[in-house]
Amino acid sequence: MSYYGLVDGTEASLKKYLASFSGVDQVGADARAAILATRSIKAASKRWAIDTAISMVDLTTLEGADTPGKVQALCSKAVRPDPTDSSVPSVGAVCVYNDMVGIARAHLDQIGGEHVGVAAVSTAFPSGRASMPVKIQDTQDAIDAGASEIDMVIDRGAFLSGRYIEVFDEIVKIREVCGNKAHLKVIFETGELVTYDNVRKASFLAMAAGAHFIKTSTGKVAPAATAPVVLVMLEAVRDFYAMTNVRIGVKPAGGIRNTKDAIKQLVLVNETAGPEWLKPSLFRIGASALLNDLLMQRMKMDDGYYASPQYVTID
Amino acid sequence: MSNRIDVKKTYKLFINGAFPRTESGRTYEVKNAKGAFIAHPCLASRKDLKDAVVAARAAQAGWNKASAYNKGQILYRIAEMLEGRRAQFVDEIVNVTGVTKAKAEKEVTDSVDRLVWYAGWTDKISSLSGALNPVAGPYYNFTIPESMGVIAAIAPETPSLLGLIDAIAPIIVGGNTVIVLASTKAPLSAMSFAEVIATSDVPAGVINILTGKKDEIAPWMASHMDIDGFDISGLSAKKHAELKTVATENLKRVYSFNSADPARILAFMENKTVWHPIGL
Repeated sequence: MSYYGLVDGTEASLKKYLASFSGVDQVGADARAAILATRSIKAASKRWAIDTAISMVDLTTLEGADTPGKVQALCSKAVRPDPTDSSVPSVGAVCVYNDMVGIARAHLDQIGGEHVGVAAVSTAFPSGRASMPVKIQDTQDAIDAGASEIDMVIDRGAFLSGRYIEVFDEIVKIREVCGNKAHLKVIFETGELVTYDNVRKASFLAMAAGAHFIKTSTGKVAPAATAPVVLVMLEAVRDFYAMTNVRIGVKPAGGIRNTKDAIKQLVLVNETAGPEWLKPSLFRIGASALLNDLLMQRMKMDDGYYASPQYVTID
Repeated sequence: MSNRIDVKKTYKLFINGAFPRTESGRTYEVKNAKGAFIAHPCLASRKDLKDAVVAARAAQAGWNKASAYNKGQILYRIAEMLEGRRAQFVDEIVNVTGVTKAKAEKEVTDSVDRLVWYAGWTDKISSLSGALNPVAGPYYNFTIPESMGVIAAIAPETPSLLGLIDAIAPIIVGGNTVIVLASTKAPLSAMSFAEVIATSDVPAGVINILTGKKDEIAPWMASHMDIDGFDISGLSAKKHAELKTVATENLKRVYSFNSADPARILAFMENKTVWHPIGL
Protein backbone atom coordinates (compact mmCIF):
# COMPACT_ATOMS: atom_id res chain seq x y z
CA MET A 1 0.00 0.00 0.00
CA SER A 2 1.13 3.54 -0.58
CA TYR A 3 -0.17 7.10 -0.67
CA TYR A 4 -0.68 9.64 -3.46
CA GLY A 5 0.26 7.02 -6.10
CA LEU A 6 3.91 8.07 -6.04
CA VAL A 7 5.31 4.66 -5.19
CA ASP A 8 3.65 1.30 -5.93
CA GLY A 9 5.23 -0.41 -2.95
CA THR A 10 8.04 -2.19 -4.81
CA GLU A 11 11.69 -1.45 -4.15
CA ALA A 12 12.26 -0.54 -7.80
CA SER A 13 9.55 2.11 -7.81
CA LEU A 14 10.77 3.60 -4.50
CA LYS A 15 14.33 3.82 -5.83
CA LYS A 16 13.09 5.48 -9.02
CA TYR A 17 11.01 7.95 -6.98
CA LEU A 18 13.90 8.85 -4.65
CA ALA A 19 16.34 9.14 -7.57
CA SER A 20 14.10 11.82 -9.09
CA PHE A 21 15.18 14.36 -6.44
CA SER A 22 18.46 16.18 -6.85
CA GLY A 23 20.96 16.60 -4.01
CA VAL A 24 21.00 19.59 -1.65
CA ASP A 25 23.46 22.43 -2.16
CA GLN A 26 24.95 22.32 1.34
CA VAL A 27 26.76 25.65 1.18
CA GLY A 28 23.67 27.29 -0.28
CA ALA A 29 21.36 25.83 2.39
CA ASP A 30 23.68 26.96 5.19
CA ALA A 31 23.92 30.45 3.71
CA ARG A 32 20.16 30.76 3.14
CA ALA A 33 19.39 29.65 6.69
CA ALA A 34 22.00 32.07 8.07
CA ILE A 35 20.57 35.01 6.13
CA LEU A 36 17.01 34.26 7.23
CA ALA A 37 18.23 34.13 10.85
CA THR A 38 19.24 37.80 10.65
CA ARG A 39 15.74 39.12 9.89
CA SER A 40 14.68 41.75 12.39
CA ILE A 41 11.19 41.47 13.84
CA LYS A 42 9.14 44.51 14.83
CA ALA A 43 7.44 44.60 18.22
CA ALA A 44 3.86 43.99 16.98
CA SER A 45 5.02 41.04 14.86
CA LYS A 46 7.05 39.71 17.75
CA ARG A 47 3.98 39.69 19.94
CA TRP A 48 2.09 37.72 17.31
CA ALA A 49 5.07 35.40 16.81
CA ILE A 50 5.32 34.64 20.54
CA ASP A 51 1.65 33.68 20.80
CA THR A 52 1.83 31.67 17.59
CA ALA A 53 4.95 29.87 18.79
CA ILE A 54 3.25 29.05 22.11
CA SER A 55 0.32 27.50 20.26
CA MET A 56 2.78 25.43 18.21
CA VAL A 57 4.75 24.01 21.11
CA ASP A 58 4.62 20.26 21.68
CA LEU A 59 5.36 20.44 25.39
CA THR A 60 7.63 17.50 25.93
CA THR A 61 8.89 15.37 28.77
CA LEU A 62 10.78 12.27 27.71
CA GLU A 63 12.80 11.28 30.73
CA GLY A 64 13.31 7.94 32.34
CA ALA A 65 12.44 9.70 35.59
CA ASP A 66 8.98 10.88 34.45
CA THR A 67 6.26 10.32 37.03
CA PRO A 68 2.46 10.62 36.75
CA GLY A 69 2.67 13.75 38.90
CA LYS A 70 5.16 15.39 36.61
CA VAL A 71 3.12 14.54 33.52
CA GLN A 72 -0.04 15.94 35.14
CA ALA A 73 1.75 19.15 36.04
CA LEU A 74 2.96 19.40 32.46
CA CYS A 75 -0.61 18.93 31.20
CA SER A 76 -1.86 21.73 33.44
CA LYS A 77 0.86 23.97 32.07
CA ALA A 78 -0.01 22.94 28.49
CA VAL A 79 -3.63 24.07 28.88
CA ARG A 80 -2.87 27.29 30.73
CA PRO A 81 0.84 28.11 30.26
CA ASP A 82 0.67 31.24 32.41
CA PRO A 83 -1.77 30.75 35.30
CA THR A 84 -1.86 34.52 35.87
CA ASP A 85 -2.79 35.41 32.30
CA SER A 86 -5.71 33.74 30.53
CA SER A 87 -4.87 35.42 27.22
CA VAL A 88 -1.93 33.06 26.72
CA PRO A 89 -2.99 30.33 24.26
CA SER A 90 -2.75 26.62 25.06
CA VAL A 91 0.12 24.72 23.49
CA GLY A 92 -0.38 22.34 20.55
CA ALA A 93 0.07 19.07 22.39
CA VAL A 94 1.91 17.35 25.18
CA CYS A 95 4.48 14.79 24.10
CA VAL A 96 5.15 11.90 26.46
CA TYR A 97 6.28 8.31 26.58
CA ASN A 98 3.81 5.60 25.77
CA ASP A 99 2.93 4.57 29.34
CA MET A 100 2.08 8.17 30.28
CA VAL A 101 -0.45 8.71 27.47
CA GLY A 102 -3.46 7.53 29.48
CA ILE A 103 -2.50 9.65 32.47
CA ALA A 104 -1.98 12.71 30.30
CA ARG A 105 -5.26 12.28 28.37
CA ALA A 106 -7.30 11.73 31.53
CA HIS A 107 -5.79 14.76 33.27
CA LEU A 108 -6.23 17.02 30.23
CA ASP A 109 -9.91 16.01 29.92
CA GLN A 110 -10.42 16.60 33.62
CA ILE A 111 -9.07 20.16 33.57
CA GLY A 112 -10.81 21.32 30.40
CA GLY A 113 -7.94 20.65 28.06
CA GLU A 114 -9.87 18.58 25.51
CA HIS A 115 -8.42 20.77 22.75
CA VAL A 116 -4.83 19.84 23.64
CA GLY A 117 -3.57 16.69 21.92
CA VAL A 118 -1.44 13.95 23.40
CA ALA A 119 1.50 12.87 21.28
CA ALA A 120 3.16 9.56 22.09
CA VAL A 121 6.65 8.66 21.01
CA SER A 122 6.50 5.24 19.48
CA THR A 123 8.26 2.42 17.60
CA ALA A 124 10.97 1.81 20.21
CA PHE A 125 11.80 5.50 20.67
CA PRO A 126 14.49 6.85 20.60
CA SER A 127 16.66 4.22 18.89
CA GLY A 128 14.05 2.43 16.78
CA ARG A 129 15.81 -0.84 17.46
CA ALA A 130 13.02 -3.39 17.84
CA SER A 131 11.18 -5.90 15.69
CA MET A 132 8.21 -4.80 13.60
CA PRO A 133 5.53 -6.61 15.71
CA VAL A 134 6.88 -4.82 18.79
CA LYS A 135 6.75 -1.46 17.03
CA ILE A 136 3.18 -2.07 15.87
CA GLN A 137 2.10 -3.13 19.34
CA ASP A 138 3.87 -0.07 20.82
CA THR A 139 1.88 2.19 18.50
CA GLN A 140 -1.39 0.35 19.08
CA ASP A 141 -0.97 0.68 22.85
CA ALA A 142 -0.51 4.43 22.56
CA ILE A 143 -3.59 4.85 20.38
CA ASP A 144 -5.68 2.67 22.67
CA ALA A 145 -4.61 4.84 25.61
CA GLY A 146 -5.87 7.95 23.82
CA ALA A 147 -2.92 9.33 21.85
CA SER A 148 -4.04 11.59 19.01
CA GLU A 149 -0.56 11.93 17.57
CA ILE A 150 2.13 9.29 17.08
CA ASP A 151 5.77 10.36 16.87
CA MET A 152 7.55 7.36 15.35
CA VAL A 153 11.27 7.01 14.75
CA ILE A 154 12.66 5.54 11.55
CA ASP A 155 15.23 2.75 11.51
CA ARG A 156 18.35 4.83 10.81
CA GLY A 157 20.48 1.72 10.43
CA ALA A 158 18.31 0.53 7.55
CA PHE A 159 18.20 4.00 6.01
CA LEU A 160 21.95 4.57 6.16
CA SER A 161 22.69 1.16 4.64
CA GLY A 162 20.39 1.91 1.72
CA ARG A 163 17.51 -0.40 2.66
CA TYR A 164 15.00 2.36 1.95
CA ILE A 165 12.16 -0.03 1.24
CA GLU A 166 12.33 -1.33 4.81
CA VAL A 167 12.00 2.18 6.17
CA PHE A 168 9.20 2.88 3.74
CA ASP A 169 7.30 -0.28 4.68
CA GLU A 170 7.63 0.50 8.37
CA ILE A 171 6.13 3.94 7.96
CA VAL A 172 3.29 2.54 5.81
CA LYS A 173 2.51 -0.08 8.44
CA ILE A 174 2.52 2.37 11.33
CA ARG A 175 0.32 4.72 9.33
CA GLU A 176 -2.14 1.86 8.88
CA VAL A 177 -2.17 1.33 12.65
CA CYS A 178 -2.84 5.04 13.12
CA GLY A 179 -5.74 4.88 10.68
CA ASN A 180 -7.88 7.96 11.20
CA LYS A 181 -7.45 7.96 14.99
CA ALA A 182 -4.03 9.57 15.15
CA HIS A 183 -1.75 11.84 13.17
CA LEU A 184 1.59 10.30 12.26
CA LYS A 185 4.83 12.23 12.75
CA VAL A 186 7.97 10.60 11.40
CA ILE A 187 11.22 11.35 13.22
CA PHE A 188 14.40 11.17 11.14
CA GLU A 189 17.01 11.92 13.83
CA THR A 190 18.80 14.22 11.38
CA GLY A 191 21.90 14.29 13.59
CA GLU A 192 22.41 10.63 12.66
CA LEU A 193 21.55 11.02 8.97
CA VAL A 194 24.71 13.14 8.58
CA THR A 195 24.06 14.83 5.21
CA TYR A 196 21.37 17.21 3.93
CA ASP A 197 20.95 14.89 0.94
CA ASN A 198 19.86 12.15 3.34
CA VAL A 199 17.48 14.55 5.14
CA ARG A 200 15.86 15.43 1.84
CA LYS A 201 15.64 11.81 0.77
CA ALA A 202 14.13 10.79 4.10
CA SER A 203 11.60 13.64 3.86
CA PHE A 204 10.28 12.57 0.47
CA LEU A 205 10.34 8.92 1.48
CA ALA A 206 8.29 9.56 4.62
CA MET A 207 5.78 11.80 2.86
CA ALA A 208 5.16 9.23 0.11
CA ALA A 209 4.71 6.59 2.81
CA GLY A 210 1.89 8.56 4.41
CA ALA A 211 3.44 10.74 7.13
CA HIS A 212 1.28 13.67 8.27
CA PHE A 213 4.31 15.40 9.76
CA ILE A 214 8.05 15.08 9.34
CA LYS A 215 10.09 15.71 12.45
CA THR A 216 13.81 16.40 12.79
CA SER A 217 14.94 14.70 15.96
CA THR A 218 14.27 12.77 19.09
CA GLY A 219 16.01 15.36 21.26
CA LYS A 220 18.39 12.66 22.45
CA VAL A 221 21.06 13.28 19.80
CA ALA A 222 22.97 16.48 18.99
CA PRO A 223 22.94 18.28 16.62
CA ALA A 224 19.15 18.31 16.47
CA ALA A 225 16.93 20.91 14.76
CA THR A 226 19.54 23.13 13.14
CA ALA A 227 18.21 25.87 10.86
CA PRO A 228 19.58 24.42 7.57
CA VAL A 229 18.06 21.01 8.31
CA VAL A 230 14.66 22.58 8.96
CA LEU A 231 15.10 24.61 5.77
CA VAL A 232 15.73 21.45 3.74
CA MET A 233 12.63 19.81 5.23
CA LEU A 234 10.48 22.88 4.62
CA GLU A 235 11.61 22.95 0.99
CA ALA A 236 10.64 19.29 0.76
CA VAL A 237 7.07 19.88 2.05
CA ARG A 238 6.74 22.86 -0.28
CA ASP A 239 7.83 20.77 -3.29
CA PHE A 240 5.64 17.88 -2.16
CA TYR A 241 2.65 20.25 -2.07
CA ALA A 242 3.44 21.26 -5.66
CA MET A 243 3.49 17.56 -6.64
CA THR A 244 0.42 16.32 -4.78
CA ASN A 245 -1.58 19.32 -3.53
CA VAL A 246 -1.23 17.94 0.00
CA ARG A 247 0.36 19.93 2.81
CA ILE A 248 2.59 17.91 5.13
CA GLY A 249 3.58 19.40 8.50
CA VAL A 250 7.07 19.96 9.87
CA LYS A 251 8.21 19.61 13.47
CA PRO A 252 11.67 20.69 14.52
CA ALA A 253 12.57 19.31 17.93
CA GLY A 254 15.61 19.55 20.14
CA GLY A 255 17.86 22.53 20.73
CA ILE A 256 15.18 25.23 20.37
CA ARG A 257 15.42 26.78 23.81
CA ASN A 258 14.63 30.47 23.54
CA THR A 259 12.25 32.89 21.90
CA LYS A 260 14.84 34.07 19.42
CA ASP A 261 15.37 30.52 18.15
CA ALA A 262 11.61 29.97 17.90
CA ILE A 263 11.05 33.18 15.94
CA LYS A 264 13.89 32.22 13.59
CA GLN A 265 12.00 28.99 12.94
CA LEU A 266 8.81 30.92 12.12
CA VAL A 267 10.75 33.12 9.69
CA LEU A 268 12.11 29.99 8.02
CA VAL A 269 8.58 28.61 7.66
CA ASN A 270 7.15 31.82 6.24
CA GLU A 271 9.97 32.34 3.76
CA THR A 272 10.37 28.72 2.67
CA ALA A 273 7.10 26.80 2.81
CA GLY A 274 4.87 29.88 3.00
CA PRO A 275 2.43 31.50 5.44
CA GLU A 276 -0.07 28.63 4.99
CA TRP A 277 2.25 26.56 7.19
CA LEU A 278 2.17 29.07 10.06
CA LYS A 279 -0.41 27.20 12.12
CA PRO A 280 -0.24 24.43 14.69
CA SER A 281 -1.78 21.89 12.32
CA LEU A 282 1.21 22.21 9.99
CA PHE A 283 4.09 23.38 12.17
CA ARG A 284 5.02 22.27 15.66
CA ILE A 285 8.05 22.88 17.82
CA GLY A 286 9.12 20.05 20.11
CA ALA A 287 10.48 21.64 23.26
CA SER A 288 10.41 21.78 27.02
CA ALA A 289 12.49 24.77 28.18
CA LEU A 290 11.30 26.96 25.29
CA LEU A 291 7.84 27.60 26.74
CA ASN A 292 9.19 29.35 29.83
CA ASP A 293 11.33 31.65 27.72
CA LEU A 294 8.35 32.49 25.49
CA LEU A 295 6.29 33.32 28.60
CA MET A 296 9.07 35.50 29.99
CA GLN A 297 9.38 37.41 26.71
CA ARG A 298 5.61 37.86 26.70
CA MET A 299 5.73 39.25 30.26
CA LYS A 300 8.52 41.59 29.22
CA MET A 301 6.46 42.90 26.29
CA ASP A 302 3.46 43.46 28.57
CA ASP A 303 5.28 44.96 31.56
CA GLY A 304 8.10 46.79 29.84
CA TYR A 305 10.87 45.30 31.94
CA TYR A 306 12.83 42.06 31.88
CA ALA A 307 11.19 39.09 33.55
CA SER A 308 12.75 36.54 35.85
CA PRO A 309 12.67 32.72 35.68
CA GLN A 310 11.41 32.92 39.26
CA TYR A 311 7.99 33.95 37.92
CA VAL A 312 7.43 30.90 35.71
CA THR A 313 7.02 27.31 36.81
CA ILE A 314 9.92 24.93 37.17
CA ASP A 315 9.29 21.85 35.06
CA MET B 1 63.53 57.09 14.24
CA SER B 2 60.77 54.70 15.13
CA ASN B 3 58.22 53.67 12.53
CA ARG B 4 56.20 51.64 14.97
CA ILE B 5 52.43 52.08 14.86
CA ASP B 6 50.74 52.91 18.18
CA VAL B 7 48.85 49.98 19.68
CA LYS B 8 45.79 51.68 21.15
CA LYS B 9 43.61 49.87 23.62
CA THR B 10 39.91 49.31 22.92
CA TYR B 11 37.93 49.54 26.14
CA LYS B 12 35.14 46.97 26.10
CA LEU B 13 32.59 45.56 28.50
CA PHE B 14 33.16 42.55 30.75
CA ILE B 15 30.28 40.06 30.62
CA ASN B 16 30.37 36.35 31.44
CA GLY B 17 34.16 36.26 31.60
CA ALA B 18 34.53 37.71 28.09
CA PHE B 19 35.18 41.18 26.73
CA PRO B 20 32.39 41.92 24.25
CA ARG B 21 31.73 45.30 22.62
CA THR B 22 28.29 46.68 23.45
CA GLU B 23 25.68 45.08 21.18
CA SER B 24 24.33 48.58 20.51
CA GLY B 25 27.60 49.66 18.92
CA ARG B 26 27.40 52.93 20.89
CA THR B 27 30.44 54.59 22.47
CA TYR B 28 31.13 57.85 24.26
CA GLU B 29 34.16 60.07 24.72
CA VAL B 30 36.28 60.11 27.82
CA LYS B 31 38.42 63.19 28.32
CA ASN B 32 41.08 63.95 30.88
CA ALA B 33 40.89 66.73 33.45
CA LYS B 34 42.28 69.20 30.88
CA GLY B 35 39.70 68.26 28.26
CA ALA B 36 41.95 66.21 25.96
CA PHE B 37 40.53 63.07 24.35
CA ILE B 38 41.57 59.76 25.92
CA ALA B 39 39.35 56.91 24.80
CA HIS B 40 36.01 55.72 23.44
CA PRO B 41 34.58 53.23 25.95
CA CYS B 42 31.30 51.39 25.35
CA LEU B 43 27.95 53.01 26.12
CA ALA B 44 26.21 49.89 27.42
CA SER B 45 22.61 49.26 26.35
CA ARG B 46 19.66 47.57 28.03
CA LYS B 47 20.45 44.42 26.07
CA ASP B 48 23.99 44.37 27.48
CA LEU B 49 22.50 44.56 30.97
CA LYS B 50 20.13 41.71 30.12
CA ASP B 51 23.01 39.57 28.86
CA ALA B 52 24.97 40.34 32.03
CA VAL B 53 22.02 39.32 34.22
CA VAL B 54 21.64 36.02 32.36
CA ALA B 55 25.36 35.34 32.91
CA ALA B 56 25.22 36.39 36.56
CA ARG B 57 22.16 34.22 37.22
CA ALA B 58 23.79 31.20 35.61
CA ALA B 59 26.96 31.69 37.66
CA GLN B 60 25.27 32.32 41.00
CA ALA B 61 24.57 28.77 42.14
CA GLY B 62 28.13 27.67 41.49
CA TRP B 63 29.68 30.70 43.20
CA ASN B 64 27.37 30.32 46.18
CA LYS B 65 28.41 26.70 46.54
CA ALA B 66 32.14 27.51 46.53
CA SER B 67 33.57 27.16 50.03
CA ALA B 68 34.28 30.29 52.06
CA TYR B 69 37.94 29.34 51.94
CA ASN B 70 37.86 29.13 48.14
CA LYS B 71 36.05 32.47 47.81
CA GLY B 72 38.66 34.05 50.07
CA GLN B 73 41.49 32.59 47.99
CA ILE B 74 39.99 33.99 44.80
CA LEU B 75 39.50 37.47 46.30
CA TYR B 76 43.09 37.37 47.54
CA ARG B 77 44.17 36.34 44.05
CA ILE B 78 42.47 39.46 42.65
CA ALA B 79 44.53 41.52 45.09
CA GLU B 80 47.72 39.75 43.97
CA MET B 81 47.00 40.43 40.30
CA LEU B 82 46.16 44.07 41.00
CA GLU B 83 49.40 44.50 42.96
CA GLY B 84 51.36 43.17 39.99
CA ARG B 85 49.87 45.78 37.67
CA ARG B 86 50.10 48.84 39.95
CA ALA B 87 51.96 50.94 37.41
CA GLN B 88 49.26 50.64 34.77
CA PHE B 89 46.50 51.60 37.22
CA VAL B 90 48.48 54.55 38.59
CA ASP B 91 49.08 55.81 35.04
CA GLU B 92 45.41 55.48 34.11
CA ILE B 93 44.16 57.26 37.23
CA VAL B 94 46.66 60.10 36.77
CA ASN B 95 45.84 60.34 33.08
CA VAL B 96 42.05 60.45 33.45
CA THR B 97 41.49 62.35 36.69
CA GLY B 98 44.60 64.56 36.73
CA VAL B 99 45.46 63.81 40.38
CA THR B 100 49.06 63.66 41.52
CA LYS B 101 51.00 60.46 41.12
CA ALA B 102 51.30 60.09 44.90
CA LYS B 103 47.55 60.32 45.29
CA ALA B 104 46.94 57.79 42.54
CA GLU B 105 49.45 55.43 44.12
CA LYS B 106 47.64 55.71 47.42
CA GLU B 107 44.33 54.82 45.75
CA VAL B 108 45.81 51.71 44.17
CA THR B 109 47.43 50.68 47.47
CA ASP B 110 44.16 51.19 49.29
CA SER B 111 42.38 49.14 46.61
CA VAL B 112 44.74 46.20 47.03
CA ASP B 113 44.44 46.38 50.81
CA ARG B 114 40.67 46.66 50.61
CA LEU B 115 40.50 43.46 48.52
CA VAL B 116 42.63 41.62 51.07
CA TRP B 117 40.36 42.93 53.83
CA TYR B 118 37.23 41.63 52.05
CA ALA B 119 39.00 38.33 51.29
CA GLY B 120 39.34 37.84 55.05
CA TRP B 121 35.62 38.32 55.58
CA THR B 122 34.54 35.32 53.49
CA ASP B 123 34.99 32.77 56.29
CA LYS B 124 34.11 35.10 59.16
CA ILE B 125 30.86 36.73 58.16
CA SER B 126 28.63 33.82 59.16
CA SER B 127 30.27 33.63 62.58
CA LEU B 128 29.75 37.35 63.05
CA SER B 129 26.11 37.46 62.07
CA GLY B 130 24.94 33.86 62.52
CA ALA B 131 23.42 32.73 65.80
CA LEU B 132 22.44 29.74 67.86
CA ASN B 133 18.97 30.74 69.01
CA PRO B 134 17.45 29.65 72.31
CA VAL B 135 14.20 27.78 71.63
CA ALA B 136 11.75 26.06 73.98
CA GLY B 137 12.03 22.53 72.62
CA PRO B 138 14.48 19.71 71.94
CA TYR B 139 16.07 21.48 68.96
CA TYR B 140 19.17 23.31 67.94
CA ASN B 141 18.03 26.43 66.15
CA PHE B 142 20.58 28.13 63.90
CA THR B 143 20.40 31.34 61.94
CA ILE B 144 22.95 31.67 59.17
CA PRO B 145 23.33 34.34 56.47
CA GLU B 146 22.99 33.10 52.89
CA SER B 147 23.45 34.74 49.50
CA MET B 148 20.62 36.82 48.05
CA GLY B 149 21.23 36.10 44.35
CA VAL B 150 22.06 38.50 41.55
CA ILE B 151 22.94 42.02 42.70
CA ALA B 152 23.36 45.16 40.59
CA ALA B 153 25.60 48.01 41.73
CA ILE B 154 26.43 51.53 40.65
CA ALA B 155 30.04 52.45 41.43
CA PRO B 156 30.75 56.04 42.49
CA GLU B 157 32.36 58.52 40.08
CA THR B 158 35.40 58.92 42.34
CA PRO B 159 37.53 57.25 43.50
CA SER B 160 37.08 55.26 40.32
CA LEU B 161 39.06 52.16 41.29
CA LEU B 162 38.59 51.99 45.05
CA GLY B 163 34.88 52.83 44.65
CA LEU B 164 34.49 50.02 42.12
CA ILE B 165 36.12 47.53 44.47
CA ASP B 166 33.87 48.65 47.30
CA ALA B 167 30.90 48.04 45.01
CA ILE B 168 32.00 44.58 43.84
CA ALA B 169 33.80 42.88 46.71
CA PRO B 170 31.18 42.94 49.53
CA ILE B 171 28.54 41.59 47.15
CA ILE B 172 30.59 38.60 46.00
CA VAL B 173 31.90 37.86 49.51
CA GLY B 174 28.34 36.86 50.41
CA GLY B 175 28.05 34.38 47.52
CA ASN B 176 26.13 36.72 45.22
CA THR B 177 27.02 37.53 41.64
CA VAL B 178 27.22 41.14 40.53
CA ILE B 179 26.64 43.46 37.59
CA VAL B 180 28.39 46.75 38.26
CA LEU B 181 28.21 50.00 36.33
CA ALA B 182 31.62 51.70 36.43
CA SER B 183 32.36 55.39 36.88
CA THR B 184 31.14 57.22 33.77
CA LYS B 185 33.86 59.87 33.65
CA ALA B 186 36.72 57.56 34.65
CA PRO B 187 35.89 54.06 33.36
CA LEU B 188 39.39 53.11 32.24
CA SER B 189 40.58 51.65 35.52
CA ALA B 190 37.33 49.63 35.72
CA MET B 191 37.94 48.04 32.36
CA SER B 192 41.58 47.34 33.23
CA PHE B 193 40.35 45.89 36.52
CA ALA B 194 38.23 43.49 34.42
CA GLU B 195 41.51 42.16 33.00
CA VAL B 196 42.70 41.59 36.55
CA ILE B 197 39.50 39.66 37.34
CA ALA B 198 39.84 37.63 34.14
CA THR B 199 43.23 36.34 35.36
CA SER B 200 42.20 35.67 38.97
CA ASP B 201 40.23 32.40 38.73
CA VAL B 202 36.94 34.26 39.26
CA PRO B 203 34.34 32.03 37.54
CA ALA B 204 32.78 33.55 34.40
CA GLY B 205 29.66 35.58 35.15
CA VAL B 206 30.36 36.17 38.85
CA ILE B 207 31.55 39.72 38.16
CA ASN B 208 30.22 41.64 35.16
CA ILE B 209 31.26 45.23 34.46
CA LEU B 210 29.41 47.72 32.26
CA THR B 211 30.37 51.25 31.25
CA GLY B 212 27.84 53.89 30.29
CA LYS B 213 25.41 56.48 31.60
CA LYS B 214 23.98 56.14 35.09
CA ASP B 215 20.70 57.85 34.20
CA GLU B 216 20.14 55.30 31.45
CA ILE B 217 21.20 52.10 33.15
CA ALA B 218 20.12 52.64 36.78
CA PRO B 219 16.35 52.50 36.01
CA TRP B 220 16.87 49.36 33.92
CA MET B 221 18.70 47.78 36.81
CA ALA B 222 15.97 48.85 39.23
CA SER B 223 13.17 47.39 37.10
CA HIS B 224 14.80 44.12 36.03
CA MET B 225 12.84 41.31 37.69
CA ASP B 226 15.79 38.93 37.85
CA ILE B 227 17.97 41.26 39.93
CA ASP B 228 17.46 40.67 43.66
CA GLY B 229 19.35 43.58 45.19
CA PHE B 230 20.68 46.96 44.13
CA ASP B 231 23.60 48.94 45.58
CA ILE B 232 23.06 52.58 44.63
CA SER B 233 26.03 54.01 46.54
CA GLY B 234 27.30 55.61 43.34
CA LEU B 235 24.17 57.69 42.74
CA SER B 236 23.34 61.10 44.15
CA ALA B 237 20.80 60.97 47.00
CA LYS B 238 18.09 62.79 45.06
CA LYS B 239 17.85 59.84 42.60
CA HIS B 240 17.39 57.27 45.38
CA ALA B 241 13.66 57.61 46.01
CA GLU B 242 12.72 57.25 42.36
CA LEU B 243 14.79 54.08 41.92
CA LYS B 244 13.50 52.56 45.14
CA THR B 245 9.97 53.05 43.86
CA VAL B 246 10.74 51.26 40.60
CA ALA B 247 12.52 48.48 42.49
CA THR B 248 9.46 47.61 44.60
CA GLU B 249 7.96 45.63 41.70
CA ASN B 250 9.99 42.54 42.63
CA LEU B 251 10.75 43.60 46.22
CA LYS B 252 14.35 44.32 45.27
CA ARG B 253 16.43 45.35 48.28
CA VAL B 254 18.03 48.72 47.60
CA TYR B 255 20.84 50.10 49.77
CA SER B 256 23.53 52.72 49.64
CA PHE B 257 26.71 53.05 51.68
CA ASN B 258 29.50 55.52 52.12
CA SER B 259 32.23 53.36 53.62
CA ALA B 260 33.68 49.87 53.68
CA ASP B 261 31.83 47.99 56.39
CA PRO B 262 30.81 44.37 57.14
CA ALA B 263 27.23 45.69 57.02
CA ARG B 264 27.80 46.11 53.31
CA ILE B 265 28.30 42.37 53.00
CA LEU B 266 25.29 41.51 55.19
CA ALA B 267 22.99 43.92 53.35
CA PHE B 268 22.92 41.54 50.40
CA MET B 269 22.56 38.35 52.41
CA GLU B 270 19.39 36.72 53.72
CA ASN B 271 19.06 34.93 57.04
CA LYS B 272 18.13 31.28 56.96
CA THR B 273 16.92 29.56 60.12
CA VAL B 274 17.39 25.83 60.53
CA TRP B 275 15.77 23.59 63.17
CA HIS B 276 17.75 20.49 64.06
CA PRO B 277 16.37 17.90 66.49
CA ILE B 278 18.44 16.97 69.53
CA GLY B 279 18.55 13.43 70.90
CA LEU B 280 15.14 11.69 70.84
